[in-house]
Amino acid sequence: MAANNKKKHWYQYLWIWSIVYFSLGFFNILFAWLGMLDFIIPLIFAIFGGNKWFCNNMCGRGQLFWVLGRNLKCSRQKPAPNWMSSKWFRYGFLAFFMTMFGNMIFQTYLVFSGAESLRKAIKLFWTFKVPWKWAYSTSIFPDWVAQFSFGFYSLMLTSTLIGLIVMVLYKERTWCSFCPMGTMTQGICKLKAKK
Amino acid sequence: MARRKANVNESSCVACGVCASQCPKGIISIFKGCYAVIDTESCVGCGICAKACPANAITVNEVQEVANGSK
Repeated sequence: MAANNKKKHWYQYLWIWSIVYFSLGFFNILFAWLGMLDFIIPLIFAIFGGNKWFCNNMCGRGQLFWVLGRNLKCSRQKPAPNWMSSKWFRYGFLAFFMTMFGNMIFQTYLVFSGAESLRKAIKLFWTFKVPWKWAYSTSIFPDWVAQFSFGFYSLMLTSTLIGLIVMVLYKERTWCSFCPMGTMTQGICKLKAKK
Repeated sequence: MARRKANVNESSCVACGVCASQCPKGIISIFKGCYAVIDTESCVGCGICAKACPANAITVNEVQEVANGSK
């Protein structure tokens, strides 16, 4: 890799965080809440800084795809179809993602209100239920906190799996071309740059 | 004299910054989180950025240098 001669910064090792995150959630689902950092920090950079410094330098997921795809040669490194990075697909995927996020918040609300009971399972690709009972027995937190954890972990794992699939099929970081956070932060930056 | 230079299609760039992280000359920056900007003057046309770009937004083209004394 050509960039090897550059000085390495601590934030270039955040791909380790990605692995740690999923490992922690495997043992205790409450750790899923830590994933909110990956939602909030990029938005802070975009809203207050008007930049994508998070995407550009410290996205652990993007780095993981790079490490696996480039360094460990798990990617075909073929150009992805152009529609994958087209505006309609990017914003469409963002809208879909936000809808599913809203749905997950609603599920959390149902548990909060007592209308539903806690379901100790994660859902992959918004469809396939995977039992995940071992990751939660009981805690000092109310059930809705755990329900959110299961939902959020499902979302994080699903999006990582999609990213891994496109990493293998196309370029290492093809996920970045339609990552909802990336689309959202770029959109915010574009609005800010226009002013 | 013809030289190879990388060129960014700003409208398809997703500003992910992979190109900037890979550029051996460190001459790519992300303009206000909107798109990548390459310092064409310093670009050596190696194509590493284009190969890394997930959005097919970078192409390396032959450009004819204008005979104005710049190398």
